[in-house]
Amino acid sequence: MRHIYLDYNATAPVHSEVLEAFTAFYRERYGNPSSIHWAGRRVKGAVEKAREKVALLLNCEPVEVVFTSCGTEADNMAVKGVAAALHDRGNHIITTRAEHPAVVNSCLALESQGFEVTWLGVDSDGMPDLAELEEAITPKTILISLMLANHETGVLLPVREIGEIAARRRVYFHCDAVQAVGKVPVDFKGMNAGLLALSGHKLYAPKGIGALVVRKGVKLAPLIHGGPQERNRRAGTENVAGIVALGKACELALDAMTADMRRIAALRARLEEGLMAAIPDVRVNGGRERRLPNTTNLSFLGAEADSLLLNLDLAGVAASSGSACSSGTLKASPVLAAMGIDPARARGAVRFSLGRETTEADVDYVLGVMPGIVERLRKGGAR
Amino acid sequence: MMKNGKHMRIVVAMSGGVDSSVTAALLKEEGHEVIGISMQVWDHSRFKGEESFGSCCSLDDIHDARRVAEQLDIPFYVVNFEEEFQRLVIDDFVAEYFRGRTPNPCVRCNQRVKFELLLRKCMELGADFLATGHYARIERDVSGVCRLLTGVDRGKDQSYFLFTLTQEQLSRTLFPLGGMTKGEVRRLAARFALRVAEKGESQEICFIPDNDYVRFLEEERGPGLLSGNIVDNRETVLGSHDGTYRYTVGQRKGLGIAHPHPLYVLRVDAERKEVIVGERAELASEGLTAGNINWIVAPSASPVETTCKIRYRHHPVHCRVEPLREGRAAVCFAEPEKSVTPGQAVVFYDGDVVLGGGWIE
Repeated sequence: MRHIYLDYNATAPVHSEVLEAFTAFYRERYGNPSSIHWAGRRVKGAVEKAREKVALLLNCEPVEVVFTSCGTEADNMAVKGVAAALHDRGNHIITTRAEHPAVVNSCLALESQGFEVTWLGVDSDGMPDLAELEEAITPKTILISLMLANHETGVLLPVREIGEIAARRRVYFHCDAVQAVGKVPVDFKGMNAGLLALSGHKLYAPKGIGALVVRKGVKLAPLIHGGPQERNRRAGTENVAGIVALGKACELALDAMTADMRRIAALRARLEEGLMAAIPDVRVNGGRERRLPNTTNLSFLGAEADSLLLNLDLAGVAASSGSACSSGTLKASPVLAAMGIDPARARGAVRFSLGRETTEADVDYVLGVMPGIVERLRKGGAR
Repeated sequence: MMKNGKHMRIVVAMSGGVDSSVTAALLKEEGHEVIGISMQVWDHSRFKGEESFGSCCSLDDIHDARRVAEQLDIPFYVVNFEEEFQRLVIDDFVAEYFRGRTPNPCVRCNQRVKFELLLRKCMELGADFLATGHYARIERDVSGVCRLLTGVDRGKDQSYFLFTLTQEQLSRTLFPLGGMTKGEVRRLAARFALRVAEKGESQEICFIPDNDYVRFLEEERGPGLLSGNIVDNRETVLGSHDGTYRYTVGQRKGLGIAHPHPLYVLRVDAERKEVIVGERAELASEGLTAGNINWIVAPSASPVETTCKIRYRHHPVHCRVEPLREGRAAVCFAEPEKSVTPGQAVVFYDGDVVLGGGWIE
């Protein structure tokens, strides 16, 4: 059976050059970067070189990059670390229900410990109201946590404007950029963010490596205590090969992103428009203008997402309906609910996310199988 | 089994146990396109009793099912029916106890979840059949009418739990283990080298892993709501109790009353919060009425002379079934029968053929 992977927002295959950098590193080097001897030095140098490559892609200083085990850890570290560092100054956090669970559940955990969280609404395009954001800020506000690109819809938030508000009101802005890095240009300095999270495996690096960018001077308590690694921000022996791989992935993204994304955007348009032309009652969820070039979230009215996805899988097509739950079961999307999308439409929502290995033939294969699947489901399952 | 000489797409409801795993392995060996599905019906983290019980429907069992599916190299999915299971099975289970009845959640689950929601999911996947590991048989005649029969292994027969199935449901269902004994199934599990071959039987109520249904009911509704008196048939108060739902008809233990003769629960009256007890002879009934009768094949004569089971572990007894209006029926036993329990199912058997059944009122 043909296998077509259209779930790049869940994870991406490791780029061959990244894999080569990763395995070559482990073949040749094994030292602990904290060691003073030659074995440690050889590794320490590679880690710092990788840090520079990450900083180059994100337009930040290398010293601002803190390597973590994943994007979720970076988000937890940002939200909980600011809360722990600034709880004497204030206990108020602003975010939305459309954020990734790494942020939403971190905020919920803080809420249960006595922090106050303002859950801003988002409109049907997935956008928060910036006037509402500004009004929500109080003298007790210590953090605004808003994402750059939404994981389910691909919608891009106006982070530059959000950062301006945060800077003007002297509140930290944490930007969850996990879905954005490698897909659209990310300008850490330009967006006035205090913190920014990314994840390696979304940009063709292996799983198990992420980073939190922490602007110089930002007060942040560590999540993990231990040795003095990562300038006391994140203890634990570094995932050195993962770090090297992330550096390589960032280097490749810097070179290829513009061309890749132009090609991928054209494929996304072919898929989206093709499906809407071939199948009646298909709706795009989220604003279509400011969106990741690789993502489309489509509701097939009158069909259930999990049945659509299972049928697609049986036909060899990997797609998803938002964030995959740990047990592998499907639940209604909190992102679409936050956007006020009616539950019947949300239940039929499927996310296709394309990437660098996606071809026109892949898209055409999906255009070929999808109408029959939707038709069967709309007829109630009769074969 | 072939359809027009072609291999079929068959969904197997996989619980992670031996029976459903062997079912999947057999169908795969026959060359069908087999898809495994586990239903997640309740959230194991909600369990508040003592820790460390193995349980059906928990994530551990879903994990086992997934690993078997990997071993068989078949696609495997988990469908989440937690909300539906709560509404259609658990809420009903609790409400029945609080009405003074003794419910049977496994029949409800088969009726409302497994052969309704899951079967619909199978059809949505373009499957020809849903197969389960039940010990029961389905026979199809040339005109397409399906008959439900007991499993060949009389000790494992599960046809009692399947009396609600309609022709529509039966026509899309397979029970590949119906003609086998448990011993044969275990040997097959060993031959297929299934990792669950040595696994024990699942417990009775999957959402109550410690089997302490009183704990479960009191967590759902609060303790002490139906505490009251234990009385005899003449309304003489013999003692008190902590909740009518702790008692079921025919129960002898746990009454805590000193009496010259052994006492048994005769009835449970939730409205008056009374448990009515009496001597063994008083347990006998001439008959019962049942509601929501389902006939698997419509009876040709009326009344029907047949046999029935009034609980799962019961040997069929002779009876006469007289259909009443609104899907009800009067059942008259040939010999008085002990412990007729409202909320349980009465299932009619003609030899090894299941004619139908209903809910005891």
